Amino acid sequence: MSPRLRAWALSAPALLLVLLFLGLPVLSTLATTFGDPKGPFSQYAAFFNSRFRMTVLWRTMEVAVITTVISVFLGFITAWVVARAPARAKSLLIIAAVFPLLTGVVVRSFAWLVILGKNGILNDFLLWSGLIAEPLSMLYTEGAVIVAMVYLFVPLMVLTLVGVLEGIPQDLTEAAASLGATPAATFRQVILPMAVPGLIVGAVLVFTGSFTSYATPQLLGGERQMMMGTFLYQRAMVTFDWVGASTIAAVMVVVTLSTVLVMTRIARRLNPVAG
Amino acid sequence: MHGRTHPLLVAFASVVFFFLLGPLVIIIGASLSDSSFLTFPPRGLTLHWYQNIFDISAFKRTMVTSFSLAVGGTALSMLIGIPAAYALARHRVDLPKFLGNVYVLPILIPEIVLGFSLMKSLATGLGLPITLSLLIGHALLVLPYCVRVVGASLNSFDFSIEEAAVSLGCPRWRAFFTVVLPNIRAGIIAGFILAFITSLNDVSVSIFLTGPGVSTLPIQLLAHMEQFFDPTIASVSVLLMGVTVAVMAVVERTLGLTFLTK
Repeated sequence: MSPRLRAWALSAPALLLVLLFLGLPVLSTLATTFGDPKGPFSQYAAFFNSRFRMTVLWRTMEVAVITTVISVFLGFITAWVVARAPARAKSLLIIAAVFPLLTGVVVRSFAWLVILGKNGILNDFLLWSGLIAEPLSMLYTEGAVIVAMVYLFVPLMVLTLVGVLEGIPQDLTEAAASLGATPAATFRQVILPMAVPGLIVGAVLVFTGSFTSYATPQLLGGERQMMMGTFLYQRAMVTFDWVGASTIAAVMVVVTLSTVLVMTRIARRLNPVAG
Repeated sequence: MHGRTHPLLVAFASVVFFFLLGPLVIIIGASLSDSSFLTFPPRGLTLHWYQNIFDISAFKRTMVTSFSLAVGGTALSMLIGIPAAYALARHRVDLPKFLGNVYVLPILIPEIVLGFSLMKSLATGLGLPITLSLLIGHALLVLPYCVRVVGASLNSFDFSIEEAAVSLGCPRWRAFFTVVLPNIRAGIIAGFILAFITSLNDVSVSIFLTGPGVSTLPIQLLAHMEQFFDPTIASVSVLLMGVTVAVMAVVERTLGLTFLTK
């Protein structure tokens, strides 16, 4: 058997699994959105003209962007401290970040139900401390969804950035300092440019992850804070409007794929190592 | 070099770690509470809610489904993912460059879109049984982990060892099983375990493929949460955290947890 034939033979089962069970089903989902008798784009016209659907889209965008910004901020500083920690402490801190990451999304969202609920821990504490007289309703708000999402994605951001920040040689920052750069200047002119590609990769993971999430908005946002994921599920399984659900799916695919493509291209261009 | 991180930054990172781990500690506390609704700190302690997991047949049943699905789906994915990863590493010049990206599609396409599309095509369109659709969905979902983690292991494997075996007369298939496989064992175990936990925790694909009679543990947890709010959910969560600890121990012993920062 020629090497080329052998290579294809070994790749065939995995390739077939992806093409048959991901390629075809997803393409057929996308295709149904163009099959409307009123014209191929009428589903999209309906989507973008519907105030309700646009509200859901914008809310999802907003939650995803805010989650990404907060996760980048918290993750960057934390990763910086982890990357510079002594070896023993560093491995403990990495364990502490991996543990929530590998714990399921249902469990992690559930924790916030316990914390933010009407009889939850936060309300208990606030009532006890006398800061409030009546329990606050924090669940089923955009804020609750964002807090839980940040909680979901900070570990991912930390782990992505620790590797990147470890790769920045200590010599560089020391050289900058010995040449008279203030810590702020060293950060802005040395560390940040080298970390930007990794930051972008992490931010894309967080953005696409929160834009397409289902369990967290379902549990903490409910019907009131419908997001694209919960909206898709509701259309598909509650109202059985499969074409409508497919249109939501198409919008999600376009948003996530274009974010990934554009941002990875920018990251590659900004990479100082690649020139 | 270590003492130089600014104390304010260290304090900031400590708060972040408190934020990351605190909620999980709260779940553990809530699972031990003796009141019938979720409270923390617990007033009195009991293991009743752990007992309760095994008294509720839906939890018992979905736990078995979830574990078998995670093992079966990952095994299936490994069975086809290892040869694919091998071909990518060994025959780089014979295969188009984009092929590696094809295997990553299951993480690139939003999971919920994948779940919905599989439900339409497999469960409804082809009329496949729910368990089979779930198995295919999960095998697909974990394929990127299998191909990439095994691939990382293969990339650091010196293929000239394999060539040496072949040139000494060892058949190719035998060289693969006796020379290549033992050398990438760590990658296979770590990949398996990461894929396993991904499948075990999955919501977005499973939620479309579960039906009357067949459900997975996370989906059952979601359904339970919408009706009851008792500490049984907390005790199941703690059980799942125990699985996470076991998974981390295995990854640490094979590739090392720092592998996850690369």
